[in-house]
Amino acid sequence: MKMVKEKFWDYRFLLMELIKKGIKLKYRRSYLGILWSLLEPILTTIVLTIVFGTLFGRGDDRTFPVYILSGRLLFSYFSTSTTAALKSIRANQSMIKKVYVPKYLYPLSAILFNFIIFLISLVVIAGTMMLFDVKPTWYLLQIVVPLLNLLILTVGAGMIMATVGVFFRDMEYLWNVCTMLIMYASAIFYDAATILKSDYAIMLKANPLYCIIMNFRQAIFGQAMDGKMLAYSTVFAVLSVIVGAVLFHKKENEFILHI
Amino acid sequence: MSEEILKVENVSMKFNLSKEKVDSVKEYMIKFFRRELKYNEFWALKNVSFSLNKGDRLGILGLNGAGKSTLLKVIAGVFKPTEGSVERHGVLAPMIELGAGFDMQYTGKENIYLYGAVLGYSKKFLDERIDEIIEFSELGDFIDVPLKNYSSGMKARLGFSIATVVNPDILILDEVLSVGDAKFRKKSEKKIMDMFASGVTVLFVSHSMEQIKKICNKAIILQKGQLVAAGDVDEVAAKYAEMIK
Repeated sequence: MKMVKEKFWDYRFLLMELIKKGIKLKYRRSYLGILWSLLEPILTTIVLTIVFGTLFGRGDDRTFPVYILSGRLLFSYFSTSTTAALKSIRANQSMIKKVYVPKYLYPLSAILFNFIIFLISLVVIAGTMMLFDVKPTWYLLQIVVPLLNLLILTVGAGMIMATVGVFFRDMEYLWNVCTMLIMYASAIFYDAATILKSDYAIMLKANPLYCIIMNFRQAIFGQAMDGKMLAYSTVFAVLSVIVGAVLFHKKENEFILHI
Repeated sequence: MSEEILKVENVSMKFNLSKEKVDSVKEYMIKFFRRELKYNEFWALKNVSFSLNKGDRLGILGLNGAGKSTLLKVIAGVFKPTEGSVERHGVLAPMIELGAGFDMQYTGKENIYLYGAVLGYSKKFLDERIDEIIEFSELGDFIDVPLKNYSSGMKARLGFSIATVVNPDILILDEVLSVGDAKFRKKSEKKIMDMFASGVTVLFVSHSMEQIKKICNKAIILQKGQLVAAGDVDEVAAKYAEMIK
């Protein structure tokens, strides 16, 4: 353990460089650059609001765009990061084959650089809140908790996916389907209340990502967090990190034989 | 000075050469249940042991596929040996594949920091030495151009300049360093020679016996992953000459 910590400290500069590289290269050569991480959620929220708000009713609820945006931002962070982590080992294979670098840096840097972009894109939520008269309250300070929870969950899921992805190339496509399933079970563009009252409530309650999104929305809309959901998603996230770390550590020396 | 700096003990390296590559879940499941998961075992290295003292320069001889590059990668830490252990002390500069970790979209300068970080340099160190690196690489204004616009010689020059800016304790050289044009080659050879003079420990792989004799004081021969001879460079070289007759 001590050795792991020392090594991590030795390689913190590389981790920083990899994170920087991810952010820099994501928008290099695009005219709007980092603005895209703000523009993209705005545009998709407009589409989703038109489709699910106006066309499918809910047009009366002025705060619906904020509801959609908060769900979508969190979900898309989760899905992009885990997918990036899944591909990270293969994407860096030329490096892995030639020089020694602790391998967890690849998925970790992918998850962290996406997290920074995600944090920047949260500015959009602030803008939308003002636009649609969602008044910030003291409860807003709570958002740190679901955000942290989300990061931990993503690191755990990402480490697991990174390991599995090395051995099974088709995991990429399978994970695409899985994330789609998770998306529909996260109440991003429909009202969660109706489902929570029905017999299918378990579909949402068992989904840690939904629990995180739900608590995030509570903070945005000025309500206290749901303790039970918070406990569940936190335990789930921590467990996933433990599973991910153990799995990754056990298998990382075999990676090179499979890429 | 006979301080032990590198110790390779009973190192074996096994590769699984699957007959067919099984890399999809479906295939894996089918093969698993039919018990068709076969692997061809292949030992690239088998029980290799040797140790080097500070200042030793070891030549590694062997035919293609004898396990030379695998051995170097095990020492550099890229492969973890299946059995055995490698113990090393001090800073290691692997000149195996220069520029592993370069990003083609990054400029030369950005790559200096990236590749430097890969090699384990600190930010402070790179800040101090960046001018030296740029000057040695002779890239001039190209340093702010994305790497994808570089010629292969320019990339190699940049890689060499970054890798040699440290004063390593152990230097790993795979094949001759034929980097860049004749002028740069001269310069790079001089740099390597300067390193030798400063008492660095060297592991050198080459097919040229002359070079090995010129540079090294010790040598080993690998054959099919096994260490078949070790000792003084002249003795081992004579043996090798016998072997390849």
